[in-house]
Amino acid sequence: MKPAFSEGGKLSALHSVFQGFEAFLFVPDQTSRSGVHIHDSIDSKRIMFWVILALVPCLLFGMYNTGYQHYLAIGLLDSIGFWQVFGWGVLAVLPYIMVSYAVGLGIEFISAQIKKEEIQEGFLVTGLLIPLILPIGIPLWMVAVATAFSVIFAKEVFGGTGYNVFNVALVTRAFLFFSYPSKMSGDNVWITLKDYFGFGQPVAAIDGFSGATPLGQAAIATGDVINFTGISGEPMTWWDMFFGLIPGSIGETSTLAIFLGAIFLIATGVASWKIIVSVFTGGISTILVFNLFAANAYMEVPFWEQICLGGFAFGAVFMATDPVTASRTETGKWIYGLLIGVIAMIIRVLNPAYPEGMMLAILLMNIFAKLIDYYVVQHNIKKRLRRTSLSTKVN
Amino acid sequence: MINVIDIKKGLDINLKGKAAPEAKSTSYFEDWSMTSSDYYGLVSKVMVREGSPVQAGTTLMIDKNHPEIRFVSAVSGTVTDIVRGDKRKLLNILVKVDLKTEFLKFPIENPLDMTGQAVKARLCEAGLWPYIKQRPYDIIANPEKKPRSIFVSGFDTAPLAPDYTYILKGQSADLQTGLNALTRLTDGAVYLSISADSLSIELLSAQKVVTCQFKGKHPAGNVGVQINHISPINKGEVVWTMNVLDVLFIGRLFNKGVVDLTRLVAVTGPEVVRPEYVRCKPGTPLRAIVDGNVHKEIPLRFVNGNALSGTRTELDGYLSAYASQLTVLHEGSEIHELAGWVMPRFRLFSSSRTYFTWLRKLLYPDRAFEADTRVLGGERALIMSGEYDKVFPMDILPEQLVRACLTEDLEKMEQLGIYEVAPEDFALCEYSCTSKIEVQRIIREALDLLKKENDD
Repeated sequence: MKPAFSEGGKLSALHSVFQGFEAFLFVPDQTSRSGVHIHDSIDSKRIMFWVILALVPCLLFGMYNTGYQHYLAIGLLDSIGFWQVFGWGVLAVLPYIMVSYAVGLGIEFISAQIKKEEIQEGFLVTGLLIPLILPIGIPLWMVAVATAFSVIFAKEVFGGTGYNVFNVALVTRAFLFFSYPSKMSGDNVWITLKDYFGFGQPVAAIDGFSGATPLGQAAIATGDVINFTGISGEPMTWWDMFFGLIPGSIGETSTLAIFLGAIFLIATGVASWKIIVSVFTGGISTILVFNLFAANAYMEVPFWEQICLGGFAFGAVFMATDPVTASRTETGKWIYGLLIGVIAMIIRVLNPAYPEGMMLAILLMNIFAKLIDYYVVQHNIKKRLRRTSLSTKVN
Repeated sequence: MINVIDIKKGLDINLKGKAAPEAKSTSYFEDWSMTSSDYYGLVSKVMVREGSPVQAGTTLMIDKNHPEIRFVSAVSGTVTDIVRGDKRKLLNILVKVDLKTEFLKFPIENPLDMTGQAVKARLCEAGLWPYIKQRPYDIIANPEKKPRSIFVSGFDTAPLAPDYTYILKGQSADLQTGLNALTRLTDGAVYLSISADSLSIELLSAQKVVTCQFKGKHPAGNVGVQINHISPINKGEVVWTMNVLDVLFIGRLFNKGVVDLTRLVAVTGPEVVRPEYVRCKPGTPLRAIVDGNVHKEIPLRFVNGNALSGTRTELDGYLSAYASQLTVLHEGSEIHELAGWVMPRFRLFSSSRTYFTWLRKLLYPDRAFEADTRVLGGERALIMSGEYDKVFPMDILPEQLVRACLTEDLEKMEQLGIYEVAPEDFALCEYSCTSKIEVQRIIREALDLLKKENDD
């Protein structure tokens, strides 16, 4: 089969696709030419796959929650079983995953073909992250357009996996957020009332239905105390927010599922624990400062509720830790994470225009990551220079 | 009191096939070779002809750029062939070995009674100079320069490294004389680094040197790491480095008046049937050293040195000038592993916690790992950060330095400490790199470029 795909063969136009699948399925049999004669078994495919494994709790919970919120909104939740709720959610979420992968991997295949390179697996993670940070109501064609935009302009023009400045999944979300704001924020995008797994005609919602997320409620709250409520109007406890059966983007509602992923990523060493810890430290300490001043009700929300709201936890664990766009020096990672936490909370609480600050905070720090690294590297350089001037003085 | 330096970062790769402390001789062989490529960057000039009789210590070739640096025969016999490659580049000088080794005689002298110049001249004349290396650039030391200090590494932490305590046993006199000779070559100190748990009487009783003890994982035994912790190299400074096993050659030269390059070579690796030491000289054919002591049913790779920084050779090749270890590995090119990247791969070692190496080390701390020479992944741009840092115990930012080398940014390289490093210091970075980048090659090319630009 192989010769048909090699240069000059019948199907040579598809050679990188063939190689991509071959390299994907089999371990390359190439042995080391120069340098070390043995290599660690770790490779980038395994890293990417392990991130996907870490996303599985969020994905499964997000699928269930999509069905749960749908049936809750139309008032049928009590009459059907777990598997039906989950199955409905699976079928509603699956098209988003398929569109994201089809568009993104399609572009990767084409650019690998043009550059005559091996297909790189970076999009395997991005392609799953994209649906998880979108609201379920968004039209599929928008997802396709946004994915194409970010893969081409945020990644391929920079040189492909490993060279991008911005987190590709977040660029997709930012593109949608600014291009189609009505489909990305507000009270009506987080739950789909449409009957056929998110398609078809919407059915009537229950009385008193409000699709506002807790984060949306906090942003528009007036009065002294914010009373978070679920979509049917019942009060929402901290446990609800932590467990995650609340409206929100598909994969980000369950802080519990995110924590499971975080433990997996840290235990296997795939993501930097320094970044995760420092984002939470930055966020929590900013909230404590807000609590101290407590000028309005939003500033009084305690940190254990704040970190469960919106995309903060998801961003801290899965977005800020993207090694390519984060700071690459160890000291830099602490600063990078801290600033993400601080900026995310400042945007969220002090800027009413953007209910969620996490996306903007991470994209902003993606730019500054290189600057942070620059200063860490300069510190090392200065130390060496000082050593040189000392030793010349002695001589 | 000796100060102990604790190396916190690093990685010990526990491979199968550590040499047992037993020494045997080689099987019978007739051909001996001086291999030009053993000496990095050498432009050689051959000083013998086919048919010339040679003794152990007879000059076979010299360095065109530094004619005082000589390369001598380790055996006595007759030159049979001078093998050249493209553009008449010298490859090997082959010698048919006599049954009994005749040594060229040198005066027996105490180096402490000699001047530095005289010691230097004697070492050059006897062909032992190439064993002294210099930093920057990790090349044979330039005899015209005066080193700030000399560093001798007295232990090896690389995978399956030979046990120096065993090799040095009973060689106190030669070791001390060799170290004495080194002290004549510098106005600064001669540092001897030993392992903190070394019980070697020979090393612990060494005089006239500053002894430093090191504790920790590989690359604690790399001289580059030791220099960085004892007294780092600054721009404009030159230090010389040497392996303590090569210091014995210098000792023998002054004590016995002969060039006796006999050493114990550890024959190691997962594919060796009985890993043990073999008494032989550099240039001995591998066939005579290995002598059938390997698993033959699979394709094998023979490495002069250790599995991380050694050089590849073939079974019909020769022992390298610097090697005191041979590693035999499974080549592995015939393995077609389906979806290996999701498999647990219990038999292979990994520094990543996505594999169960840590669990296996916990359950069976003494069970060693297999290895083959597959790259185990495709080459990518640098994706993961902090990987190099974990295995690079120097006050240098390894990833940033590698990037500066890739972009040939000379100023950045200097600023980030290129003068302090050698390719071998980056071997573990290359080993554990997720993106499978050939880091040692990148560093080597950068050092070559820098040497050319600085014109020294």
